[in-house]
Amino acid sequence: MTVTLMQGNAACVEGALRAGCRFFGGYPITPSSEIAELLSRRLPVVGGRFIQMEDEIASLAAVIGASVGGLKAMTATSGPGFSLMQENLGYAAAAEIPCVIVDVQRGGPSTGLPTAPSQGDVMQARWGTHGDHPIIALCPTSVAETYTLTIEAFNLSEDYRTPVILLMDEVIGHMREAFDPDRYGDIEVVDRMTTDVPPEWYFPYDETRAVPPLVSFGEGFRYHITGLLHDQAGFPTYRQDEIEPWWQRVFAKINDNLDRIFMYDEDGIEDARTIVIAYGSTARSAVHAVQLARRRRYKVGLITLKTIWPFHEALIEELAAGAHRVIVPEMNLGQLALEIERVLGRAKVRRVNRVDGELIAPRQILEAIEVA
Amino acid sequence: MKREEPEIYEYLRHKKKFPGVWCAGCGIGIVLGSIIRAIDHLHISKDDVAMISGIGCSGRMSVYVDFNTMHTTHGRALAFATGLKMARPGMHVLVVMGDGDALAIGGNHFIHAARRNIDLTAIVINNNIYGMTGGQYSPTTPQGALATTAPFRNIERPFSTCDLAMAAGASYVARSTVYHARELERLIERGMRKAGFAVIEAMSYCHTTFGKLNRTGSPVDMMRSLQENSVSLAAAAKLEDAEKKNKIIRGVLADHDLPEYTAEYAKIIEDAQAAAGSNVAAAQPERDARLASAQKRRVREEV
Amino acid sequence: MGERFEIRLAGSGGQGLILAGLILAEAAVLYDGKNACQTQSYGPEARGGASKAEVVIDTDEIDYPKVIAADALLTMSQEACDKYYHDLKRDGLFIVDSVHVRRVPTSRAHRVPITQIAEDTTGRRITANIVGLGILAGLSGIVSREALERAVAARAPRGTQEINLQALAAGFEAAEKLQAER
Repeated sequence: MTVTLMQGNAACVEGALRAGCRFFGGYPITPSSEIAELLSRRLPVVGGRFIQMEDEIASLAAVIGASVGGLKAMTATSGPGFSLMQENLGYAAAAEIPCVIVDVQRGGPSTGLPTAPSQGDVMQARWGTHGDHPIIALCPTSVAETYTLTIEAFNLSEDYRTPVILLMDEVIGHMREAFDPDRYGDIEVVDRMTTDVPPEWYFPYDETRAVPPLVSFGEGFRYHITGLLHDQAGFPTYRQDEIEPWWQRVFAKINDNLDRIFMYDEDGIEDARTIVIAYGSTARSAVHAVQLARRRRYKVGLITLKTIWPFHEALIEELAAGAHRVIVPEMNLGQLALEIERVLGRAKVRRVNRVDGELIAPRQILEAIEVA
Repeated sequence: MKREEPEIYEYLRHKKKFPGVWCAGCGIGIVLGSIIRAIDHLHISKDDVAMISGIGCSGRMSVYVDFNTMHTTHGRALAFATGLKMARPGMHVLVVMGDGDALAIGGNHFIHAARRNIDLTAIVINNNIYGMTGGQYSPTTPQGALATTAPFRNIERPFSTCDLAMAAGASYVARSTVYHARELERLIERGMRKAGFAVIEAMSYCHTTFGKLNRTGSPVDMMRSLQENSVSLAAAAKLEDAEKKNKIIRGVLADHDLPEYTAEYAKIIEDAQAAAGSNVAAAQPERDARLASAQKRRVREEV
Repeated sequence: MGERFEIRLAGSGGQGLILAGLILAEAAVLYDGKNACQTQSYGPEARGGASKAEVVIDTDEIDYPKVIAADALLTMSQEACDKYYHDLKRDGLFIVDSVHVRRVPTSRAHRVPITQIAEDTTGRRITANIVGLGILAGLSGIVSREALERAVAARAPRGTQEINLQALAAGFEAAEKLQAER
């Protein structure tokens, strides 16, 4: 392939296929439907399977079922559908089933602004399902990055046996940019882990391994999967001595690997008086604003987060230590800002927000830099 | 003294998981027995059987059987099973649900699985109540009956599981009761042989909640009433409509040969690959390779 | 920020302005070797409602993907004209389809009966978007004529290449006339 002009949603499809995605279960919703449409055409060509389910609850259920059957699987939706998926997102987290959930964010709450961008699902991605659970959420800032982070989402889901959320937004999903997949030919693809033990020794939730391998159904291992808290063998338990190690392990598998999972770019933060922390399409506005500000001789740095969950507290604290002000632009009323304020303190953080369905303009961020 | 173990034991995780969660006298265990005997008759490997269950008393069944088992979320078992079946079309996928599970919270998934006619064997254990949560009325609770959320009387009309399944397009629909355990077993076996969506409604009872609230007596009394209030399809044909009205009609209510979803999708794969000019049928070799290499796969380093 | 050039195409849903934006961006990226970023906004309706496509073209990488202040604006409805002419740069290129836009807020605008030209040239009003592209490219020079022709030919539905290329040529011709008049 050579350079093409590609839409973000299409780049997500290319990334998924490259990562080895062979199952998609979904339900139509703007602004994510192009992903389903393209995969319905592309998956059977590579021997994969596509199904349009009756709703988003069923979509993620089918994805989990297919993943247990051994296929790399994903779904794609937007806010209202993501709300419906929370139930089975919790299941995938509890049962530790690898899968990828793409949420092309649109204006909310409720039906909201169906064709307009938003970053309103940041907290839903973290806390939308009930109960404490580890989660990974990635935010691409461009068409090319949608491709690479989709592959990364599949890789992380396999590496850590966890659902991974690709948190796009309408701007990124529908935007078209020059894209050449050949430039990313060397990206590694992580295969499903397999076990080296015979079935009688296999524990799908082995306490002694950070990430026990998940063997597919139908390969002779005949084990149990449940959304109830479970013991090493996967059977329901109320015993504290069995529940406690499970909690420790599922959080440790993410927290002990923050340096691999937490991806970000930094630009000119060493001597910056002000730092802008941005993610998703808003980061594009931030890049423009920071350049304008530097021309006006403001000492301003930029941190672009590719991973927003888990949130790497220690790293953000370290990166922002020298700055007097941190500006957090978001197309919501300050969701990730809550997390940044928690880490850096409210006094240091300034929010720039917009929830009218328009991308934050560079001017808004520039003004915040100027008064910072 | 060596104890003689019945054949059924081979299929149970009997060493660890018994006694079960079900109340003494519950009908669910009888359904479990019928399922296992049906599978035994079919001579299929336990490795090729998956049991997917929902939430509620029936949902716990998957814990006890030595298959590939998955206890899913409330009402969603059919949707999980749909994904698994698409990933593994060769697998026999049984889905065990209760009446609230299959017809209330899972009603949408139930009708759409039937409409797609995907090759799943759905067993709906109907005890006319939410048992595990304490006796609230379900979509099959009879009008006039009492429930913990219908303390005066239930005013909602009940669903007929089988009528719903037939109207939604299931290719095989049958009903029996936990009193007729052998008949139930034959109906399940026939359902599993069916290439398509098969629904077997197993009429059961809940003496602990429904029985207590409605004074229907002991498990034995409720079992007897299943015997007395049910008729075979052949016998029902001779009854007047008024007589039929309150009877449980047992037997195969629908059996059609219809295009099955995963088989139809396999044709989509063929067509798509032909259209893409691909001479290599990637799907089947991919699957074969996956199965064949199960033992010798590269073991990835622990994370 | 090298030579950032911002274009906004606005009108009603169904006029093909998002497709026009896509073609313009493809002409820039695939055939002129520049960078381009195309975004859009539209209502929930499949047909009708307001529709807008934006294309940013630059020799450098493009950060902010939307229009800040347009270098070129093509409007094909009264509503779009009223809404967006404020965002046009002072010396920006302003083209209105006089078939759809009766009240033009500034004398700087090029009023062209774009839809009429489309109908006269190809017999199909639906090709007005391509006529508009021809005028915009002819007046601004932001993409080469050859690049745009190739992009139109590649994107036009099968069997309509010829009429779309005619529409494009008619657009360039109209642009030449306008330049000659000034």
